[in-house]
Amino acid sequence: MLKTTLKIACLAALGVCAMAASASAGKLTIESWRNDDAAIWKDQIIPAFQKSHPDIQVEFAPTAPKEYNAALNAKLQGGTAGDIITCRPFDASLELFNKGYLAPVNDLASMKNFSDVAKAAWTTDDGKTTFCVPMGAVIHGFIYNKDIFKELGLTEPKTEEEFLATLDKIKKDGKYTPLVLGTKDQWEAATMGFQNIGPNYWKGEEGRKGLIAGTQKFTDAAYVDTFKALAKWAPYLGDGYKAQAYPDSQNLFGLGKGAIYAAGSWDISTFRGQNVNMGAFKAPPPAAQKDCYISDHTDIGIGMNAKTPNAKDAKVFLDWIGSDEFANIFANALPGFYPLSNAKVTVKDDVAQTFVSWRGQCKSTIRDSYQILSRGQPNMENDLWNVSAQVLNGTMTPEAAAAQIQDGLKKWYAPQQK
Amino acid sequence: MADNQQIEMVGMNRSAYLRVLAFFLAPAVLIYTLFSVYPLLATIFDSLYLRHEGGALTFNGLGNFQTLLTDETWSKPFWNALRNNLIFFIIHMCVQNPVGLALAALLSLKQLAFRNTYRTLIFMPTMLSVVIIGFIWQLILSPLWGIWKMGLNAVGLGVLFGPYLGQEHTALITISLISVWQFVGIPMILIYTALLAIPDELVDAATVDGLNQWQAFFHVKLPLIWPTIGLVSVLTFVANFNAFDLIYAMQGALAGPNFSTDIMGTLFYRTFFGNQLQLGDPTMGSTIATMMFVIILMGLLVYLYVIQRRIQRYSF
Repeated sequence: MLKTTLKIACLAALGVCAMAASASAGKLTIESWRNDDAAIWKDQIIPAFQKSHPDIQVEFAPTAPKEYNAALNAKLQGGTAGDIITCRPFDASLELFNKGYLAPVNDLASMKNFSDVAKAAWTTDDGKTTFCVPMGAVIHGFIYNKDIFKELGLTEPKTEEEFLATLDKIKKDGKYTPLVLGTKDQWEAATMGFQNIGPNYWKGEEGRKGLIAGTQKFTDAAYVDTFKALAKWAPYLGDGYKAQAYPDSQNLFGLGKGAIYAAGSWDISTFRGQNVNMGAFKAPPPAAQKDCYISDHTDIGIGMNAKTPNAKDAKVFLDWIGSDEFANIFANALPGFYPLSNAKVTVKDDVAQTFVSWRGQCKSTIRDSYQILSRGQPNMENDLWNVSAQVLNGTMTPEAAAAQIQDGLKKWYAPQQK
Repeated sequence: MADNQQIEMVGMNRSAYLRVLAFFLAPAVLIYTLFSVYPLLATIFDSLYLRHEGGALTFNGLGNFQTLLTDETWSKPFWNALRNNLIFFIIHMCVQNPVGLALAALLSLKQLAFRNTYRTLIFMPTMLSVVIIGFIWQLILSPLWGIWKMGLNAVGLGVLFGPYLGQEHTALITISLISVWQFVGIPMILIYTALLAIPDELVDAATVDGLNQWQAFFHVKLPLIWPTIGLVSVLTFVANFNAFDLIYAMQGALAGPNFSTDIMGTLFYRTFFGNQLQLGDPTMGSTIATMMFVIILMGLLVYLYVIQRRIQRYSF
């Protein structure tokens, strides 16, 4: 009796496995955390791919961003993950590669379209193997409400001093929240605040690489000054900003109640949906400084499940992701996400175009906590979230914030222990 | 001897009896073993291993526990989470259970009209999803458009308003009270049922002896429901030290500001599954999970051996 039941159960299980296997043959499934973009993939990107490759079926199957890493890991372990894997930058994907879940993509023809900086986020520490095709970057800056600027007679600030003066004028007028940023979700303070304006202080790549090499410390003036600049924002933030979450910030600006929004370029499409008449200016450098630096962060890559049964089709698809055609579709379907390939791309959205035009005026860098430095315990990115929020909340001094990050780094990172 | 007698009583021989026993026990034993005992043992087993870069595992004995309790990188968050968890528990004990008791006492008054309506309304939040609770309260308490602020302003108490969820000294208390609001229905229902079970004769006799409502409650009813209150307390303890969802839904995995709402559950989640750039560390996560198990086990033992025995002396 028990034996028969077991047999039936086994057969049923086999049947389910077989069905799953047959369903995936000849069809590529894309794992992604960009569930916001599901419609764009289905209606624009995939049809464009299939126009030139009618024999390859592609399905976009996203998971919620919060659950993506955990869910993907579980699926890869269980052997049920899709053929194409959207790659988080740096260590999360590097670990997948080291475990053998991601296949190298060095031999793809389109890889020559990418610079080393673009590939850095998905390349092994020795620089030899790249395991994801770079897909998109996001740029930090500030988005402002043009109507409010016109009403109050304001112009785009060019320096940090002008920036603070502008905020002061909006505050004196009293009708609008001068600077829209909340500290409740913490990452907003770190990403839209610290990483947004910081590159101007630590001179972009110079500072970032200095930290990795151990020649610079978080307690150096550049980093403390970044925290000090951040602390100056506190009086201009909205009422109760300590309990203001990211969606609150988006609504505050989207509804026209805030004048300036500390932004990531991905916010553009959100505000387009709310019909905000907006413009953008880059993180304003201190007055005396001639060069400017922007956070132009490699954020999305796309790679191949090493165990996919459709490796040949997957490679064709990845190769297409590296093409100029994809770069153009991607840049315009998702304003605010910029392709990383060297393709000449025209961005039709004017605000998105403003953001990307800074690439020509300033030097690009990526967020300094992403490469290598967030590998240990305590985790530097988590700490940055915490102290940046605290600096804005006024519960921690800029010096103490810098010291805490440096202490944490020193605990495990050899180049900083010298 | 006694066994044989029992077997004879049900009219079966020994092997038939064992088969029946196995038949009825098997589903529960299998399910508990598969979904409760096995994961628990696997977790404890995992906590004895050390995870190296790249995912290799080596046996580490109790090394992880030593790291957790002595290495400042781990011990600071651990003690912080434990402290916050204790505060979380104390607030539940001091607010949720007395309020639950008071509500149950009120509901059991025979003069009370709309009793069922109140009971249903108060129990309602318990059945809602935590995500909904978190979302509703975030909206109510929002400093931008929350009705709490408008309400306080309307009665001239606007100065009392603050960004409660964003301040270190108010965030944990606020979330604890939201959790109290959500779960107050459970002690209420349990105590209410216990109160209903008290025979009317006892209360009547007390009334005849000249006790008023208050005295009857404190001297007759309360002693009779101590076992239930004890049970409610231990349920609260277990639930609080396993809590995670409300804080994750409202404050995120980093349980801010400055980890002031970080409890064992969120610390475990962050360690096991990781966060943003932090990679998950299953073995250290298992170590924290095992510590949670040990803490809950100790609490239960205290209850079983110290409190429950004393309570039984009070009851019949």
